[in-house]
Amino acid sequence: MPQSSLYQEEHHPSPLQYTWLEFKNNHIAVAGLFCFVFFLTITIFCPLLAPFDPNVQQIGDLLIPPAWDPNGGISHLFGTDALGRDLLSRIIYGCRMTFGISLLLVLVAMLLGVGLGGVAGMSRGFRSSFLNHTLDSIQAIPTLLIAIIIIAILGPGLVNSMWAIALALIPQFVHQTRDFVRHELSKEYIMAAKLDGASNTHIFFHSILPNMGEMLVVQATLALSVSILDISALGFLKLGAQAPSSELGAMLLEGIEVAYIAPWIIALPGGALFLMMISINLVGDGLRSALRNRLLH
Amino acid sequence: MDLINVEDLTFQNCTKHMWSKSQVIFDLGPVSFTLKAGETLAIVGDNSSGKSLLAKLLVGLETPKSGTIHMNGVQLNKSNISVRCHDIRMIFQNSNESLNPGLTLGTILEEPLRLNTKLNAQQRSALIEQTLRQVGLMAEHRFFYRHMLSDGQRQRIALARALILNPKVIVADEPFAALDPSVRSQAVNLLMKLQRDLGLGFIFISHNLGIVRHISDKVIIMKEGKVVESGKTDAIFNWPKDDYTKKLVESHQALVNRQHN
Repeated sequence: MPQSSLYQEEHHPSPLQYTWLEFKNNHIAVAGLFCFVFFLTITIFCPLLAPFDPNVQQIGDLLIPPAWDPNGGISHLFGTDALGRDLLSRIIYGCRMTFGISLLLVLVAMLLGVGLGGVAGMSRGFRSSFLNHTLDSIQAIPTLLIAIIIIAILGPGLVNSMWAIALALIPQFVHQTRDFVRHELSKEYIMAAKLDGASNTHIFFHSILPNMGEMLVVQATLALSVSILDISALGFLKLGAQAPSSELGAMLLEGIEVAYIAPWIIALPGGALFLMMISINLVGDGLRSALRNRLLH
Repeated sequence: MDLINVEDLTFQNCTKHMWSKSQVIFDLGPVSFTLKAGETLAIVGDNSSGKSLLAKLLVGLETPKSGTIHMNGVQLNKSNISVRCHDIRMIFQNSNESLNPGLTLGTILEEPLRLNTKLNAQQRSALIEQTLRQVGLMAEHRFFYRHMLSDGQRQRIALARALILNPKVIVADEPFAALDPSVRSQAVNLLMKLQRDLGLGFIFISHNLGIVRHISDKVIIMKEGKVVESGKTDAIFNWPKDDYTKKLVESHQALVNRQHN
């Protein structure tokens, strides 16, 4: 017998839709999300967006101020630097380098860290405590310092600094994941899953991982801001990206030489970095509370 | 033929020290009982008398030190763990804690089916709907999360989770403790109805002697890990032999008489 529907059709949102519904209520976080998407678009489509080649020097146009200055022109919106390169194009390419590389590094560090942390959390005895204590002691040193040590061994360069930062980011993911897994394992719903005949791998992927979103978002946000700061700091210290490349930290270093006559050369890349950090933290914070509220209301 | 037959089950909980000799903290048993299909066994006792431990031994969360559990004549041990997962299901004391907060109820109910049966997605979904109806919920509840339900509904989900594999025995650890009287009597009636319909063996742990007297056929009284007295419910409530049992029954009678006056 076909069942007649007495009630109006009800819509049941998926977990992801629930998260979005909660996220939408936080207006500042949504503003941050727009900013984040803006940087993401720049990162992906930067060759289409940049008006000039970032490394071509136009000998006639040295140190042109930005368009809003009385002496500025419309052809170089953000002006040019001491070598006559278009600043807008350099900042767009710089965002791609700093932001895109950081995103990549955090993804790699998160995959490795959560994997290792899962193993450490689910296993017992020597394997677990070895992983934990070794990585804990590494965690006591700031990431920038570890990165500098690794670069001292490998030599300066963008690729080496990427390795260094990725390695320095992994321990905190391992530590947090292990703690979380240990904490959840003592709960009754894990016991219930065991009674369903679930193996350890099944428990990790199907019972624990769905609850880990909030923790992962917090950690990924922290790691993303740390890695952006570290990449630009290493560039600024001449340990990461080298001079002609348009990395934001390296650009700041070049700008210092002409800071008094052309302050916009420091101010604009610095502003871009600032905006990046704010948007990441806003999105991270909003996402975290959305994930938490999804399971409360 | 007995559905489940437990003989001389014992368990020891020891401290583990690397240097000194291990000390025994808690000694359980020996416990023996039999249960036929459709019968109800109640386990009564103080806090820390080993009731929950006995339940964990029965479902296989802990390994006994000695003794055997036979189910329909087949001994249960580590090698046939899947049989145990399928045939003996447990309801936890705190139904809130025993449901995963990050999964929908449908996913929670689907898990035992995916792990223990060869049903395809469509059959699983049909069975989930049927079981939800069976315990008095709606099919739409599969899209809900645990925080959206009341305590009584959560208890029903815990029951649905136990029933969905069509088990032979259900072990319940104080399933009614957290419920208010009206919801409690609803839950008790639901369980008794399902037991009648499906012919389940039901082992439950309770403090509430009223419920024990109402629904159980046999009772085991435990104190500090030892079985003080066991037998038919009628016999124990009317002619208790042991002092401890006498005290328990007397206090229960006093409570009942006061309610009547």
